Amino acid sequence: MDQSKIKEAKTKWAQSDPGLAKVAPRHTDWGDPVEKLYTPADVSEQDYLEQLGFPGEHPFARGVYPSMYLGRPWTVRQYSGYDSPKDTNARFRYLLEQGQTGLSVAFDLPTQIGYDSDHPMSAGEVGKVGVPVDTLEDMEVIFEGLPLDKLSTSMTINAPSAIMLAMYVSIGKKQGLEPKVLRGTLQNDVLKEYTVRGTYIFPPKPSIRLVTDIFEYCSKNVPRFNTINVAGYHMREAGCSAVQEIAFAFSNAIAYIEAGLEAGLDIDKFAPRISWIFNTNNKIFEEVAKYRAARRIWAELLRDRFGAKDPRSCMLRFHTQTSGASLTAQQPLNNVVRVAYQTLAAVLAGAQSIAACSYDEALSLPTEESVRTSLRTQQILREETGVTDTIDPMGGSYYMEALTNQLYARIKELMAEVEEMGGAVEAIENGFVQKEIERRAYETQKEVERGEQVVVGVNKYAIDEEEKDVLAEANPQAEQEQIQRLQALRSRRSQDQVDQALAALRQTAQGDGNLMPIIIAAVEAYASLGEICGVLREVFGEYQPVRTI
Amino acid sequence: MSKRIRVLAAKPGLDGHDRGIKVVCAGLKDAGMEVIYTGLRQTPAAIVATALQEDVDVIALSTLSGAHNQHLPLVAQLLREKDAQHILLVAGGIVPPQDRATLKQQGVKEVFGPGTTMTQIAEFIRANVSLS
Repeated sequence: MDQSKIKEAKTKWAQSDPGLAKVAPRHTDWGDPVEKLYTPADVSEQDYLEQLGFPGEHPFARGVYPSMYLGRPWTVRQYSGYDSPKDTNARFRYLLEQGQTGLSVAFDLPTQIGYDSDHPMSAGEVGKVGVPVDTLEDMEVIFEGLPLDKLSTSMTINAPSAIMLAMYVSIGKKQGLEPKVLRGTLQNDVLKEYTVRGTYIFPPKPSIRLVTDIFEYCSKNVPRFNTINVAGYHMREAGCSAVQEIAFAFSNAIAYIEAGLEAGLDIDKFAPRISWIFNTNNKIFEEVAKYRAARRIWAELLRDRFGAKDPRSCMLRFHTQTSGASLTAQQPLNNVVRVAYQTLAAVLAGAQSIAACSYDEALSLPTEESVRTSLRTQQILREETGVTDTIDPMGGSYYMEALTNQLYARIKELMAEVEEMGGAVEAIENGFVQKEIERRAYETQKEVERGEQVVVGVNKYAIDEEEKDVLAEANPQAEQEQIQRLQALRSRRSQDQVDQALAALRQTAQGDGNLMPIIIAAVEAYASLGEICGVLREVFGEYQPVRTI
Repeated sequence: MSKRIRVLAAKPGLDGHDRGIKVVCAGLKDAGMEVIYTGLRQTPAAIVATALQEDVDVIALSTLSGAHNQHLPLVAQLLREKDAQHILLVAGGIVPPQDRATLKQQGVKEVFGPGTTMTQIAEFIRANVSLS
């Protein structure tokens, strides 16, 4: 087909209805204009095999596995963690009975920041946003009766990842399982904690050392564990665009890869275990295109820049969660619809694993009913709608391919900008990433307040609502009970063993040996997470945030 | 010319969700106020000490981790102990309605929930602040 003829015909079409010329220009999330209509002329330059290829083949734009959902549907992995290890165990059993296929553990803030439940900074925070873990005993309770060889467990833990992995390996041993059979994911992405999520402990250098120690330990001992879950999710929640989400996450990942290579690791030994968590937001087509472009960029980066030979190193396998920040406290049932559309986008994009938010999240911790509705949202998509009947169903849409190409270019531009500054660590330490995200969050808020960006039920179609008391309140006794459990354990364990384990930890931390075996010995002596992090705080120091306001 | 309103914005406790507070800081600055932001992981004692040192008119706390009943009443109590009740204490974030009522009795003048605009917050501060 002659492209110029198509362009000519398009011009004619555009003039055929005078109304068309009056339509206000539309823009993508990242600010590029959207055409009123896409035609083959918009994708005429596309080289199918080079830029898209087949599922399971370089550059994986259409999907990372040859059979995608035809072979195996995505993993349904709802995020949960309740105020005590015992309640968390009960919730996990419930979710597995209801057809969930993987676990995802939310930890409370003291655990994420490396404080024991009885530390003064933990007051009021124990068991609030997830489960508290002070010692191996808590993890034993969380996973009681759950055979680890039949599960995959994702743990949203960053700075103390090495300790949580050590505990998981130890529970496996207690169940008679070798580490090599364990499957799961550590978030372990501390760079985004500095920019948006806030659960950092140590400065970048020792933090990245912990990451590479995990890479090395797992490549030898726990080969089926995803050692890191690089996160675009939280930056997007904090307000950045789709382009920034991918570009900043990829830049962070490059920093981890370079550290791994500097530590002498072979790219193909650790790159296949890098996994991802991204944010699937409201703009359905843009979100699908985002993932298609991201898969291609990642594959090219790993092959061409890092010399990966193993195709698995080049595969962008990702988990996605729908956007919590897009949900509203007003008319909460509207969130069921938002979550369903976002989940649809994730499925059209070929996600490996999905968590659908609960409709009451903007109000409180989710109830059992709202969690079940999220689970059913995924099951309805999977089993009733036919969206899994063919691979990459959006592929070949002129609009989708044009968007994919545009995102590919925009993401690479921003990655080059970060690279120019000296990479992710530099761009974080000079405040660039934080300021970019903050600026855009503020712009978005102003657009919402001016009514330019519609939020149904908030700045449009609002109604008078009576506020309901929140039923799903956390157990008010949880904090005291957890502290009592911890203190009882402290008096029961062998203090000599703990002291020895912590002394060994200090020595290794001061040197450059791999910390994993030492941390495993410490957790098995029932040293607490706070004690282990305390030693590491003394040796490594604590991160001092960059001021951007 | 009237004195500019000075606001201390702070994140008490361990919560890292700071999108909201940062947006509010920018909004209040654009509304003509002076804003000092403490950053994350502030104890009530540190917040009140900074407020007194900086001679602010308003303390704006942000909390989304569910620990509001721990930190907010402590800030209010410390303000009373330091005889600094002239400082307007407001909060924002995810706070269930039943807790909001209790916090107001304890000295938090207003708790802004999700969907509140920057304009509403600025107007509330102007209407309720007592400038020293």
